[in-house]
Amino acid sequence: MVVGRNPVNGAMFMILSLVGVAGLFVLLNAFFLAVLQILVYAGAVMVLFLFIVMLLDVDVVSKRSPGNLTIAAGTVSVFLLGLGFVALLDRPQMLPEPTLLAPERLPSLETPMAFVTGIQAYGYSLFTKYMLPFQMTGLLLLVAMIGIIVLSKRFENKSV
Amino acid sequence: MEPATLQLLTDILLTFVYAGAVIAVLMGITMYTVLAERKVCGWLQGRIGPNRTALPIIASIPIIGPFMRGLGLFQPLADGGKFLFKEEPIPAHVNKVYYQLAPVIAMVPALLTVTVVPFGVWWDSVGVKHPLVLANIEIGILFLLAISSLGVYGIVMAGWAANSKFPFMGGIRSSAQMISYELAMVVSLLPVLMWSNGPGSTAGLSFYGIVTAQENGWWLIFAQPLSALIFLVALFAETNRLPFDMPESETELVGGFQTEYGAFKFGMFFVAEYAHIVVGSAVFSLLFLGGWDFLPFSSFNPYPENWFGSLLSIGWFLVKVCSLIFFFIWIRWTLPRFRYDQVMNIGWKILLPLAIGNLIFYTLILAIYDANR
Amino acid sequence: MAKVVDRKPLTWAEHTYLPQIVGGLKITLTNLFRKKVTLQYPEERPVIPDGYRGIPTLVKDPNGREKCVSCQLCEFVCPPKAIRITPGAIPEENTERAHIEKAPQEFEINMLRCIYCGFCQEVCPEEAIFLQDTFSLSGYSREELVFQKQKLYEIGGTLPDKHFKWDKKRSAAHAGNAH
Repeated sequence: MVVGRNPVNGAMFMILSLVGVAGLFVLLNAFFLAVLQILVYAGAVMVLFLFIVMLLDVDVVSKRSPGNLTIAAGTVSVFLLGLGFVALLDRPQMLPEPTLLAPERLPSLETPMAFVTGIQAYGYSLFTKYMLPFQMTGLLLLVAMIGIIVLSKRFENKSV
Repeated sequence: MEPATLQLLTDILLTFVYAGAVIAVLMGITMYTVLAERKVCGWLQGRIGPNRTALPIIASIPIIGPFMRGLGLFQPLADGGKFLFKEEPIPAHVNKVYYQLAPVIAMVPALLTVTVVPFGVWWDSVGVKHPLVLANIEIGILFLLAISSLGVYGIVMAGWAANSKFPFMGGIRSSAQMISYELAMVVSLLPVLMWSNGPGSTAGLSFYGIVTAQENGWWLIFAQPLSALIFLVALFAETNRLPFDMPESETELVGGFQTEYGAFKFGMFFVAEYAHIVVGSAVFSLLFLGGWDFLPFSSFNPYPENWFGSLLSIGWFLVKVCSLIFFFIWIRWTLPRFRYDQVMNIGWKILLPLAIGNLIFYTLILAIYDANR
Repeated sequence: MAKVVDRKPLTWAEHTYLPQIVGGLKITLTNLFRKKVTLQYPEERPVIPDGYRGIPTLVKDPNGREKCVSCQLCEFVCPPKAIRITPGAIPEENTERAHIEKAPQEFEINMLRCIYCGFCQEVCPEEAIFLQDTFSLSGYSREELVFQKQKLYEIGGTLPDKHFKWDKKRSAAHAGNAH
């Protein structure tokens, strides 16, 4: 509900669409991602959103006409999206394989790690092949967190 | 019809039947948990509790009838009937759609969580052990956490839709509390998962795997008492039980989020709350009390490998669940409610650091243990 | 003189609250096995102590005669004006009750007005009205709860006192020294 004027309605529909995305993940056999989607986004992030929306008592946003820049940006992004769809549908072989493959090399007897579940495969690739992106994401989140603290906390010694 | 299609249809039908049966049993236990709450509360306060309700024919059986009446066994029926037949007024100032939707949203996650909770074992024709569960998915614990985290929307929605001050406060408090304690809860679970997923283990994130790990070793409440404590406290907070019943707190907020509700809608909130308690007790006994495992420190299980053994395992599991439900009630009628700032302090400043420290401690322990094998 | 009591600092164990919680749990658990105090009311009745002020009733003396002489003192003293007495004379030929001039023709107490203060009992010179142990009244109409003389005597019963005032008066009259 992008055009809706009630922020709580908007938040509720966003939850609905997040749950829908989780459903898409389930259809792609990515149960782990689906559950994470619900756990993190629908279960935690959106609760915070709702919390803020309700606490600040954001009223129904008054209808105002979008500026020229907004219209231009909207048009361009819709165009780009259409382009992307066309490109994807035109060459279906570019679509990546949706299933998550277990690593080819199974651990030997000395290091017995049975790759029986998708999650363990996840963990294995996350902490070996994708270690650097993983750490970088963590660092980014940390930076964001520190930024929030700096922005929201008033320091005593500085007179505003 | 082709045999394959027939097979599929039978499977679907059977799934429905099983799901219906499990939900029915859950609702039954929930109803009697409500009764147990009133009874145990009475006993703890030196009273008797409900002992008047009687069904016409059953209550007139010579010895059993009065005994059942004295235990209040017919009370849940009367309560349910009362909720069902009361008038359902909708206050004029509420947001009608969300007002109607909220009890449903509160109820659905409470019932949905039970799908991944195993409650016993059965042996197939070749003697291989399987869990008795509606859906034995490998990420059962995550699934349960995800679904139960959705339960807060019912409360938040009810608080917002009621469009009056106290319910709103209840909804706001509930959402803040849920977020705070869910974090500690999940972090306190990580050492449990690491412990059960030793080298060569196939436990994964499923309840059955964790119970199996406990069958072969210690119950986790003895192996990881701190994890169990943090999880238990967070569980109390997540189920909105005293001493953490911030959303409801009758003395400050009238009835919290359910102030504007009456009749069956209130009943749905009520049942959802108690269903959360039942499922929460089941989860705690699966994770920390070994589920249907018979003894804490040995792998001895006296269940014969047939239907009777299945029944025994279900029975032993239910014994644990009922003891935990009693513990929930016992705590409720012992401790006073925390103040709201205290709840936040405990969640963020005590439980979360404690859970992280606990996680690091057990990581080190397990790393050293694995290195020396 | 105010005395300042220093609060002891909490020990480490007390900071965790856990010993206190366990202590509280123990207390409630002992309550679980104590004798229950509930009175199963309609079947079991509480023991009413002497001097209890239930509803006001009229009593008869051991000879079964009504004691009230309709002096109307209770009617005057009653704060909510719940009592209404219509005095009546006792005919001379009633030898059983000779020397008594009056008896209430009607005596009604409106139980909806009565405040159970006990003034009527206190003021009665003949000890004819008593607040007894009936404490729960209910009825379907207001008229039903205006108790008439007969009903008041029914509830009141007989007071086994040892005065035998009217017997003494009668024997005194027979002896010739009537006032």
